[in-house]
Amino acid sequence: MDKKTGVYICSGCSIGETLDMEALAKVAESEFKVPVCRTHNFLCGREGLGMIRKDLEEEGVSAVVIAGWSPRMKTEAFRFDPAMVQERVNLREHVVWSHADGGEDVQMLAEDYLRMGIVKANKSEPLQPVAEEISKRILVVGGGVTGVTSALEAAAAGYEVTLVEKQDQLGGFVGTLSRRFPKDPPYTELNLEGIADKIQEALYHPKIQALTSARIKKIEGEPGRFNAVVETKSGDTEVKAGAVIMATGWKPYDASKLGHLGYGTSPDVVTNVEFEKMAGEGPVVRPSDGKPVESVLFVQCAGSRDENHLPYCSSVCCMATLKHAAYIRSRNPDAKVYIIYKDMRTPGQYEKFYMKTQDHALNFLTKGEVAAVEAGGNGKVTVQVKDTLIGRDMAVEADLVVLATGMVPNAADGEAIRALEDAKIKATTGESENQKAEAAKTVEALKHHEGTAILNLTYRQGPDLPVLAHGFPDSNFVCFPYETRRTGIYAAGTVRAPMDSVHAEEDALGAAMKAIQSVELASRGEAVHPRSRDLSFPEFFLQRCTQCKRCTEECPFGALDEDEKGTPKPNPYRCRRCGVCMGACPERIVSFKNYSVDMIASMIKAIEVPDEDEEKPRVLVFMCENDAYPSLDIAGLHRKEINPYVRVIPLRCLGSMNIVWIADALSRGIDGVMLVGCKYGDDYQCHFAKGSELADRRLENVKETLDRLRLESERIQLTQLAINEYDKLPSLIETFMKRIDELGPNPYKGF
Amino acid sequence: MNDTATKHPEGEDLLVIGGGIAGMTAAIEAAEAGCRVVLVEKSPSLGGRVAAVNQYFPKLCPPACGLEINYKRIKNNPAIQVLTMAEVENVTGEPGDYTVSVRIAPRYVTEACTLCGDCTDACKVEIPDPFNFGLSKTKAAGMVHKGAFPAQYVIHREACPDNCRSCEAACQYGAVHLAQQVERRTFHVAAVVAATGWAPYDAAKLDNLGYGKTPDVVTNVIMERLASPDGPTGGKILRPSDGKAPSRVAFVQCAGSRDENHLPYCSAVCCPASLKQATYVREQHPDAEVTIFYIDIRTLGRLEDFYSKVAKDEKIRLVKGKVAKVSGDAGTGGVTVEVEDVMGGRKLTETFDLVVLATGIVPQTDGLPEGFVLDEFNFIAQPAGRTGLYAAGCARRPEEVSATVQDGTGSALRAFQCVVRSAHHG
Repeated sequence: MDKKTGVYICSGCSIGETLDMEALAKVAESEFKVPVCRTHNFLCGREGLGMIRKDLEEEGVSAVVIAGWSPRMKTEAFRFDPAMVQERVNLREHVVWSHADGGEDVQMLAEDYLRMGIVKANKSEPLQPVAEEISKRILVVGGGVTGVTSALEAAAAGYEVTLVEKQDQLGGFVGTLSRRFPKDPPYTELNLEGIADKIQEALYHPKIQALTSARIKKIEGEPGRFNAVVETKSGDTEVKAGAVIMATGWKPYDASKLGHLGYGTSPDVVTNVEFEKMAGEGPVVRPSDGKPVESVLFVQCAGSRDENHLPYCSSVCCMATLKHAAYIRSRNPDAKVYIIYKDMRTPGQYEKFYMKTQDHALNFLTKGEVAAVEAGGNGKVTVQVKDTLIGRDMAVEADLVVLATGMVPNAADGEAIRALEDAKIKATTGESENQKAEAAKTVEALKHHEGTAILNLTYRQGPDLPVLAHGFPDSNFVCFPYETRRTGIYAAGTVRAPMDSVHAEEDALGAAMKAIQSVELASRGEAVHPRSRDLSFPEFFLQRCTQCKRCTEECPFGALDEDEKGTPKPNPYRCRRCGVCMGACPERIVSFKNYSVDMIASMIKAIEVPDEDEEKPRVLVFMCENDAYPSLDIAGLHRKEINPYVRVIPLRCLGSMNIVWIADALSRGIDGVMLVGCKYGDDYQCHFAKGSELADRRLENVKETLDRLRLESERIQLTQLAINEYDKLPSLIETFMKRIDELGPNPYKGF
Repeated sequence: MNDTATKHPEGEDLLVIGGGIAGMTAAIEAAEAGCRVVLVEKSPSLGGRVAAVNQYFPKLCPPACGLEINYKRIKNNPAIQVLTMAEVENVTGEPGDYTVSVRIAPRYVTEACTLCGDCTDACKVEIPDPFNFGLSKTKAAGMVHKGAFPAQYVIHREACPDNCRSCEAACQYGAVHLAQQVERRTFHVAAVVAATGWAPYDAAKLDNLGYGKTPDVVTNVIMERLASPDGPTGGKILRPSDGKAPSRVAFVQCAGSRDENHLPYCSAVCCPASLKQATYVREQHPDAEVTIFYIDIRTLGRLEDFYSKVAKDEKIRLVKGKVAKVSGDAGTGGVTVEVEDVMGGRKLTETFDLVVLATGIVPQTDGLPEGFVLDEFNFIAQPAGRTGLYAAGCARRPEEVSATVQDGTGSALRAFQCVVRSAHHG
C-alpha cells in the first residue's frame, strides 16, 4: 500500500522566531513533494493534535513526520497506532534551544534534520505485528524454595506450570530446615514456618506438573515456543513452555578447601550446613565422642570474602550463625557461644535478632581473624584468634567449631561451555599448528566446564545463561535485576545472588512476574524490556548471506542460531530489537521495517554538505537513543549551546551502527563522525549489554576504509557518555570539532 | 492476562501508591503483563528518592539511565495512568474489589505545558529548591528538574505573593491555570500496592553529630545533590561554608541507624552508599583523604567486590568505631570528629573539612489507608496469605535499589493474581 506522508511543523517554543518557517516548509513541499505539509504554532496542543488526527482519518495520511519537540516529549498525547510510520524531527531541543541566536547555520541544521526525518519516514514501512499461537506454560527448573514458590505463584495467577527437580522430592535445602530467620515483627524469634505445606500444595496443584528425579535434557525454541525434553525415571517427557525460570539454587562451598580453618583436622570441626543437619536431627553433641557440647565457636566468612576462595559475601552466614547460636541456647542454656566475624551483617530488621543474640551473657562475639584451628587437649578444639576487639590475640577452646561456609551458585557458564566446544573442534581441525596449540590451551583452561550444563539450551551461544561475576547468572543492572541475556529465561533465588529463604521466596515472585509478562508480550508479538512493546522485527535477506557468522556471534541475547553452513536462523521472540545484528552485517541484509542500513544511509545522503570554500564543516554524530540522545535533550533544556555543524542521528543502540555508514558519510565529504554511546567494560551501562563495545570494535575495521580514502583516523571517534553527563556533551562535541578544523576539510566534498 | 481472565469489570485493575522506583516498577511490570494500572504519586514528578541520586552503587552509573527506560515504558503504554500531586485518601472494600479515593492537588499547570520556560522567566519569586534540599534557589514556577517526568512545569502557589499572576499571563499556550482546584477521583481496583518509600532520618535529632550547627556537616542524601551535575554546585563537591574544595572528608556510618535511641534497625544501604560517595570525593579531588568511621561494613553479595575495590584506594581509610561527637571548630573552620577506634583501642580526635552523616531510612507510611499493618518501626508488614493490599520497596524494609525493583516486580505479581482471582469469581 502506498504511504501518504504528512509533515507537521511546529513554530511554537521559539522555533518560529529562530527559523525561517516558510523555507523549512519548502523543504518538505518542494524537495520532497510531500502531499500534506502543515505548520502550526502550537502543534502539541489539542488543536494541533486534532489537525493531525483529522488528516489521518479524513485525508488518508498514513505516515506522519512531526517536526517540533523531542521525540521523548509529549509521547503519550501523540501515541498513534504503534504500527504506523511515524518520525520525529527534533527542532526544539536539538536546534533552536541549543542555538539561541539562530542564523544561517541553524536554519541549515533544521532543514537537514527535516530532510533526514522525511527520508526515514519515506523509507519506513508500517509494522506488521507477528502474533502466533504460543504456549503460556511456565517451566521452572529447580524444586527448592524458589522453584516451588515460583510455580505456586505463577499457578495462582492462572498459568500452567511444569516444575522440574533433580532430587526425588521437592524442597531443596530449605525443605530440610527446622527453623528459618525471623520474618515477622518483632523479628526476634525464629520462623517456625517450614515449606512442607507449600510442597504439598505444589504436588497436588491442578495447574502444576511436578517432575521429580528429573533433569532437563534439552530446551530449544524461544519465548512462547520453548520445547523442553525432560528426562524422568519413567522416560522422557516433552514440555511446551512459554518461559523458563531457573531456580537451581546453591551448594555449600567445598569445605575440604578450608584446611586452614581446621576442616578435616578433627571431626569436631563442622560446616554450618552439617551443623544445621545435626541440630535438626537431635541433641547437639561432639561428633568425635558424642559428648554434649558445652562450648561452640563459629568462624564467619569461612571461604567467603576471601580472594582465595569466594571473593563475594554469601549474605546469609551471619544470620545463619545467629540462628545456630539460638539452637544451642535452646538446648543448653549454659553453653558458651563464640562468634568470630569480620563484620556482622544483619541488614534491615535482622538487626533486632543480632541485638538479641548480643544481649545474652554467654554469647561472645568479636571481630577477629582466625589464625589457626587445631585439636587441643580434653578432646577440644583450640582456635587461635588475632586482631580481636579486646585488643589482643586469644586462644579459645571449644567442643565444637562451626565453619560458616558460603553459597556457590548451581549455575553453568553457557558461554564458556560453548567456547570449550569450539576450542575442542579447533584443536583438531585448526588451520595451523599454532592455532591448534592455542585451541588446546583454551580446552585445558575451560575443561572444568565439561558436562556442567543445566538448562541444555540448544542456543548457538551456549547451553546455559551467560554468567556475570563469580558464576552467578545475575543481571548487571541495578535497576533491572531480572535482565538475563536470554529472553524469557529468568534466574531467581540463590542461583542469581546469595540470599536467604525469605528473599528467595520474594525473588521467586518477581521472576514469575517476568516470566508471565514475557509470554504475554510474546503472544502479542511485542518486545520485552528495554524496548517494551516494540512491534518491529529484524528481517534477514538470506539469499545474500555470506555465512560470516558475525550476527550470530554478536547478538547479545543469543537470538540467532545457525544452520550447518553458518546461515543465521532467527528466533524472533528471543529478539530484543536492538539492531546489533544489523550493525554487524557486512552484507547489509538485516533490516527492520522502520530501521535499516539503507534508511540511515539515506538520511546521511540527505544531509547537504556545503562546498569547501564555504568553510562550514559537517560532522555526523551517531547517538545511542537511550542515553546519549536524552542527554543532548537535557542540554537543550538547559539551553546549552551546541555546535551547529553537527548532525545527530539517533540509533537504537550504538551496536546497531553499521560501518558502511561511516564510509558513506566520509565519501560524501562529511568531515568527521562521532559516536556517542554508553560506557562499556565490567560496569557497562549499555541496555543491550555489548552495543557500545561492539561499535568500538567495529571501528577498528573502519581504518581500512579510511586508508583507502586516504583520510586521517582522527576523523572518527567513539565517546562514552553517561546520561547525566549532559553538561559535558557540548564541550565534547566542541573538542571534536576543533580537531576536525585542525585536520582541515574532507577532500571528498563535492564528489 | 490469561485468556480465562477478564478485566476488572468497573475500571482499572491495580492502583499503586508511590511513584518512586518501587512503585514505578510495580506499575510497569503489571501493565506489561496486561493490567490496567493507576500510579499515584504525591510529588509533581516520578522517580522518588533515586531521581535525586547522582550514581548507583556498585556500578557508579546514573539513575537517570534506568529511569529513562522506565519513563519510556510508561509513555508507550496506555494501560498506565500516572497521577502526580495525588494522594490516596481512602480505601474501602475487599480483595478484588476496592474503591480508592484519590485527592489531586492543583499543579496550576496543565498538560498543555511545552516546557518553554516563559513562566519561569516571568516569575518574580525565588524559593529554596526542594529538589536540592534548599541548597539552591529556584523559581516558584518551573520544572522539578530537567529530567523530570512527567515533563510538565509546576507552580509553588504557596510561595506566590497575593494576586500575582505573572506566570499565567506569560504562558502563550494557556497552560497555567491559577484557578485550578483540588480534584477528587475514585477508582475501582482489584488490588492496591503501597510503595510509599522512605525519608532520610532527621539528622537534627542526632544532637551529638553537629548537623545544623555547622554547615560543613551534611547528610548522605545532600551529598548526592552536591555530586550531581544538576545539583546546587553543578556537581562539584565543595564545603558548603566557604565553597572550598575539601581535602579531608569523613563519613559517619550508622548516623541514627542501629541505635536504640533513633533507628534500632540497620538501614542496609548506608555502607555501600558511603563507599560510593568516597569515590565521588576521590574522583573530583585526587589529593583528598577520606575516612569512613563504621561499626560493621555491610556489603552483601556482590557488593563485597565494590567494597574491596574502594578499600584498595590508599587515600580511603576505614576505621571501626562509633562516632561519639562531631563539632564545628571555630578556630580552624574545620569539623572535629571524636571516635573510639576500637581496633586501635584508643580515642581519636580528628579534624575534617567536610563530614557526611550516613543517615538511614525511615519508612514513609504515615496516613496509609486502613488495612495496611505496620511493624514497630512503621515499616509495612507484608500480609500473610492472599489479600489485596500489598507493600513494596523501602516502605516495607530498608533495601537497596536492586532489591527494591525485585520487590516491586514481586508485588506486581501479587496484585496481578488478585486481578485474576477477582475476574474469576466476580
